[in-house]
Order: sequence, then structure tokens, then C-alpha cells
Amino acid sequence: MGDKNKDDTSLNPKQRSRREFLENVGSTAAVASAVPVLGISSVQAQSDTEIAASKTTIQLIVNGDSHLVEVEDRWTLVEVLRDQLDLTGTKIGCDRSECGACTVIMNGKPVYSCSQLAVWTDGAQITTVEGLASGGQLSPVQQAFVENNGPQCGFCTPGQLMTATALLRNNSTPNAREVKEALVGNLCRCSNYNAIVEAVVMAGERSGGAA
Amino acid sequence: MKAFTNINVSSVDEAVSAAAQAHNNGQSVAFSSGGTDLLQQLKDGTDKSDVIINLRNVEGAHEISSANGTIRIGGLITLDELSNSDLNDVLTEAAASVGTPQIRNVATLSGNVTQRPWCWYYRNSFNCYKAGGNECFSVTGENQQHAIYGGGPSYIVHPSDVAPALVALDASFIVAGPDGERNVSADNFFVMPSQDPATENSLRSDELLVGVSLPITSASSISHYYKIMDREAWTHAEVSVAAVLNMNGDLVESASIVLGGVATVPWKLTEVENYLVGRQLILQWSAWQARWLS
Repeated sequence: MGDKNKDDTSLNPKQRSRREFLENVGSTAAVASAVPVLGISSVQAQSDTEIAASKTTIQLIVNGDSHLVEVEDRWTLVEVLRDQLDLTGTKIGCDRSECGACTVIMNGKPVYSCSQLAVWTDGAQITTVEGLASGGQLSPVQQAFVENNGPQCGFCTPGQLMTATALLRNNSTPNAREVKEALVGNLCRCSNYNAIVEAVVMAGERSGGAA
Repeated sequence: MKAFTNINVSSVDEAVSAAAQAHNNGQSVAFSSGGTDLLQQLKDGTDKSDVIINLRNVEGAHEISSANGTIRIGGLITLDELSNSDLNDVLTEAAASVGTPQIRNVATLSGNVTQRPWCWYYRNSFNCYKAGGNECFSVTGENQQHAIYGGGPSYIVHPSDVAPALVALDASFIVAGPDGERNVSADNFFVMPSQDPATENSLRSDELLVGVSLPITSASSISHYYKIMDREAWTHAEVSVAAVLNMNGDLVESASIVLGGVATVPWKLTEVENYLVGRQLILQWSAWQARWLS
């Protein structure tokens, strides 16, 4: 298929490769996004009713480190973690409280970081997946995920690890049913749930909760 | 997401005056407690508020206290806190049935009771009654999860799990506004679409739900919340029932049976309640619980 399409620039979709098609879509999208960016600023300059983005300086204590960050009021916590603090281990999946990929531990409890405005979390203590391993040693739940093939594509893994870590802090040796209840808000599109549950149960049995 | 201004407040009075000031400036206002759903609506554009008043830091609004035969529950109590409290089973079970642990850790009683409907037309920006329009698209559209009772002209179902439990417990709703606090009965708090199809409750734009007040139930009261979903977890009720029975031995002295997920407001089954009064009830809770609650 690749050879056949290599020199074929026909617009007939049946004769175009998937790669070529996606490349074209990509460049179209780039052009399309560039235009509104230029357009918006001039529109905003002309409009009296458009609200300028309000900004607030907040303090976040992330994995033990204190950060003062100036945030736009509309930025979510996960956007600040990823884009301002460069902690890209926390993933944005659905961005609407449904998938759990963005789960972090905030003040001791797992929460969706896509569903907190950063300005609502001023002063919060936050643990992200980057804060689990220490001194080059994986945490017990991370180690158990490795041994049980907990990650498949891996995109949901940081969120699964954070929810599991919060569970193990409260219930040092959960059984499978308790793990399923705790992880109900973390979806795995690879459907690797059995391995994930087994990993969390193993982490509890092995460490007695020192997650 | 559109630009807006967030205002952190530390008291209900501050929240009310911040709202009044924004209204005077011609700005639209939303109060936010957990904010989980509000933030989603802001992202989706179904809520276009200019000013968000964040209530998370309001002091004294999370507590459960009792005085003069009533229990007061602060509206900012999280659903996680509510589900782990020693309040009536119907209320703790209803709170525990909402969403996921991550949601229950931030979502609040007030937010759950006052959340907007989850009708797929409203949530997908159709210009329906709930969005200020003049039509309910479910009437001729996809309506398999719309109101069986209390519909017309809008046919949303009230989305809250906590609300049917509160109504079954005969709660009154504590509303704060520019004139201070007032207690509102469930009948006057929840609004049928025939009264006003744009809203689900009688809160004005400068008012917020700061808590609920419950009569203390007798020791012989038993209650449960039972919720049927189209999957095992993490969704709204296809139908739910909040049931409170006051017993005298095995005789029902009074009953309160309220449905969720099927009506435009928490739906009280008065005829069923009347039918149950005075009847003997053989309670086999262990068998019932094993079948339905495990």
C-alpha cells in the first residue's frame, strides 16, 4: 500500500494513504488554529464587553515543594501542574470528571485535577505521580503495577496509581472488592482492570499499607 | 473556556455581597462549592457566568449540629463526609451512591441538591427551556431517561440522589440572601416546570443554599436509599427510592417514600405512604440487604 501511494498525489481518497491524509489534516488544523489566535486579540481590543482574563497568585505545595504561581482564574489545576510546573505525569483524558486520568491526591484525598480551578486550590498539599517514587525506588504500588502488567497503553496509569495510593493509606490491606470500589472513578480504555486490581491487592499484602 | 473572574470568599455574607456587587455591574454570577459540575458547564458553555463565587473556604458551613429537636447540616459538607457521618442511613447511602470517590471528595450537599439537570439536550447546548429557550426537545426526541411524573412543559428529571433522601426525612432548606437566612419547605424549594420551566428550585440569583434542617428521627425509625442504574456504578439513577419508616414494633406508624430519577422534582408517593400506615411489616433486613445492598 505504501509503495502504491508513494508518488500518487491524486485527490481520490481511495488512492491516498492514511499517513498522507493525516499529515494534510494536521497542517490544515495548524493553519485553522493560527487564524483565530490572531483574530481574537483584535476582536478583544475592540470589544468593551469582553472580560479580560483575571489572574491570581496562588501557592501550591506539590510533592513537598512550595510554588507561587500566577494563574488565570479559568485555568484548571491539571493545566497548572502540566503547563506551569512541568509535571506532565498527570494526564488529561476526558477533561470532564469522567475518566480519572488526571487524579492527584489533594490534602490527603484523591480528586480530579481537571475539575478544580487552580484558584480554588490555593494552599493545597498535592501529590502527583512524580511524587510516588523516592530515592530511585518505586513505591510498592508502582512496583506491583510493573509486576502485574498494570499499564497497557499506560495513559490511565498515573491516575490509577494515585487513587490506589490514597486507598492504601486508609486501608492498608484492601481486598479485591474494596479496590474495585475505590477505583471505580478511574477508567482504563485497554480494559486491563483485572491486572490493576491484582496489583493493588498485591501492593497492600506486600507492604502492609506503606504505600 | 471563556474568561471569568473568580472571587474566593470566607463567609456567606461576603458571598452574598459579592454577588450583589456583580449583579450591580451587570455581570452574571454562579456560586461554586465543590464546583465539579459547574466547571464542566463553564467548559461546555452551558453556563456563561461572568463571576464565580468560590465557597470552598467559607467557615462553619461543613458542620453537622443539633439543637431544639432539629439537626442542621452545613451545605458545604462533602458527599464523602456525609456518607461517613452517623446521620440516617437513607442520607448516607444516597450520598455514597453519587459519582466516584474523586467526585464525592469535593462535591457538596448544596451542589448535589442544586445541580442542573443532566438532560442530554440541555447538556449539549440545545436552546431548551432550561437554557432559556421555549421548547423541550425530549417531547419528540430521545426521551427514555426523561420525566415519567411531573413533566410539562419541560421533562427533565431531577438529578440529585441526596434530594429524595432529604425530602423523605422531611428536611427544610436553609437559603441565604441579602435579607439573611430563611427556611424553605421542600414543597416550596423544588419547582415544577409548570411553575417555571427554566429552573429546578426557588433560589433567586442572589441566593444560595447554605444548609438543611432535619427533624431528629426517633430511634424506631429505619431508612434506606435504593438506586437502580444502567450500570453498576458512576451514574445517575434510572429510578431510586428514599424510604423512611417510623415503626411501633412491627407496625408502621408513618412512612415517607420519595422517588428520584423519574420526576422533575423529588417525587413523594403519598398514596403508598398512606397505604403503609398501620400495616404490619415483617422486616427481614438481612435477607433484603443481602439481595439489594451488597
